[in-house]
Amino acid sequence: MMTPLVEMRDISIAFGGVKAVDNVSVDLHAGEVVGLLGHNGAGKSTLIKILSGAYPKGSGEIRINGEAVEIHNPRDARALNIETIYQTLALADNLDAASNLFLGRELTTAFGFVDDDAMEAETRKIMGRLNPNFQKFKDPVKALSGGQRQSVAIARAVYFNAKILIMDEPTAALGPQETKMVAELIGELKKQGIGIFLISHDIHDVMDLCDRVSVMKNGQLVGTEKVEDVTDDEILAMIILGKRPERT
Amino acid sequence: MTDAADTGAAAPKRRSLIDTLELDTRLLGMIGAFIILCVTFDLVTDGRFLTPRNIFNLTIQTVSVAIMATGMVFVIVCRHIDLSVGALLATCSASMAMIQTSILPQYFGMELGGPMIWAIAAASGIVVGGLIGALQGWLVGYLTIPAFIVTLGGLLIWRNVGWHMTDGQTIGPLDPTFMMFGGTNGTLGAGASWAIGALAAAFCVYAIWQGRRRKQKHGFTVKPLWAEFALGLIAVGAIMGFVAILNSYEVPTRRLARMFAARGEEMPEGYTEAYGLPISVLLLIVVAIVMTIIAQRTRLGRYIFATGGNPDAADLSGVNTRLLTVKIFALVGVLCAISAVVASARLTNHSNDIGTLDELRVIAAAVIGGTALSGGIGTIYGAILGALVMQSLQSGMAMVGVDAPLQNIVVGLVLVVAVLIDIIYRRRTGDA
Repeated sequence: MMTPLVEMRDISIAFGGVKAVDNVSVDLHAGEVVGLLGHNGAGKSTLIKILSGAYPKGSGEIRINGEAVEIHNPRDARALNIETIYQTLALADNLDAASNLFLGRELTTAFGFVDDDAMEAETRKIMGRLNPNFQKFKDPVKALSGGQRQSVAIARAVYFNAKILIMDEPTAALGPQETKMVAELIGELKKQGIGIFLISHDIHDVMDLCDRVSVMKNGQLVGTEKVEDVTDDEILAMIILGKRPERT
Repeated sequence: MTDAADTGAAAPKRRSLIDTLELDTRLLGMIGAFIILCVTFDLVTDGRFLTPRNIFNLTIQTVSVAIMATGMVFVIVCRHIDLSVGALLATCSASMAMIQTSILPQYFGMELGGPMIWAIAAASGIVVGGLIGALQGWLVGYLTIPAFIVTLGGLLIWRNVGWHMTDGQTIGPLDPTFMMFGGTNGTLGAGASWAIGALAAAFCVYAIWQGRRRKQKHGFTVKPLWAEFALGLIAVGAIMGFVAILNSYEVPTRRLARMFAARGEEMPEGYTEAYGLPISVLLLIVVAIVMTIIAQRTRLGRYIFATGGNPDAADLSGVNTRLLTVKIFALVGVLCAISAVVASARLTNHSNDIGTLDELRVIAAAVIGGTALSGGIGTIYGAILGALVMQSLQSGMAMVGVDAPLQNIVVGLVLVVAVLIDIIYRRRTGDA
């Protein structure tokens, strides 16, 4: 079997004595979508924030392409081509789409000044691909609709050649049309060999989009299953009861 | 006008004149309010308010607060506050005064009036201001003590550190070259002022042309040519008009006579000389340009605004928001030192109460200038305009003969009403 793109082994993190993530191991292969399921507070967002550098891990090991790595902050994660689309989108509302897309990685002129025109031109290019209806390049993202904001957040993750993409509830704020757009995008990214962690609490989303699912409950991993091997009800049982499906 | 109609058809989306010129309506509103204020005072004082002399004095009096206000914009945009700027100014002023009058002459044998004294003093003051600012920024950013508390403590500490350094004495007179940064004692005269005005005007035109070319290169829609010309004309007109006003304020004859007498010369009959651009105002303009470039054209500025808009987002985007806080407060410290040069030079000495209550004036200037305390929004030019509005109000009322307590009541009201208008404006335009 090929070396997984990402391996998170025995990861634990505690906040003030509460084990938010307790000895969890998950992995992800190139071109694969792995769903992370669980109730609110099950620890799935926390687990994934350790990978994206937002939280330092308490203990455990992260391997990228088989090599152990240390991720101390979001900059480290980005350097490893790990991009994250946060549930909150993590956009600076007062800045325009281009400034958000390039936040932390601004294009600069020869003199080291930020090159707004170049960034706007690049933003127009990628938005033309992702969301051709997007026109509000001059407005602060606060003035955009939920779907438009989401496309800015997605564009930011995709633009910088992500190898590992983390999507935290990417369709939570979206209408049916936009949800379809995200689903198509996930399919396209998969074909490019990008590995995707998809966090959701909508099992239908997950069953449609994912190859495997890992279910968490109370900070612990209930189990990881291939989507074609389990039914919706069995997944529900894992989420609610923490019970692995019985194999005959 | 046919030209305008043609281009209007080519770009159907653009409607009003203001849209076409891509002018900032907030800026226009503030300039409008400022002009109304000035004209009203001018009418009430029978034309004494808008004289070259008063305009000259107004600009000089505004400089110190305006310089610090540009830094306060960054602090407030980043959702912090700095209550220590007035006290920090006092400490910087005290150190610079001690260095030029006591340390350099005593230990290094430099005489007051030596060629390097002003530079050494100013540079040391800037280092002191920067270090103290950085320390406060570190307390806020890394130790996560609220900025309000750190700088409230700073207000008490630095005012009295300054007191301690000078044993409470007034230190003066300062170095003559140093005092040229104060305003009246250091002006460029008519010729140099015209030259600088012309240079600035030429640069404005160049910048407009460059901006247009850059946008065209990327294939963006640009303003119609006539609009660029109109903007250029306004900019050039404003710059040259300002220089013309300052140049028409002539040095009083008696003062000139004294200056000639000091050099042991006789003043020729009918000799006149204009003040021109004060060095302190030139300093403010340079600070304003540098700060605007930082705000709009550098990563530092971009991160300041991003952090103010959404600190978590900035953090997750890899911005080191802690270090950013240190940088912002250090920058404010440096600006306090520059203000201290101007303020003490204007007074020709350092006194313990220098910069007292400046923190409130500086915050008010930034806020009147449209900086939102909720963070993420603010402009450098707004803060400077805010400082100018405050100073005009104060000296206008003094000129009219309004009682001192009533003056402060009015300034307080204006501060609150200005913020209210700003909130209503933003709600209307949906621009938050």
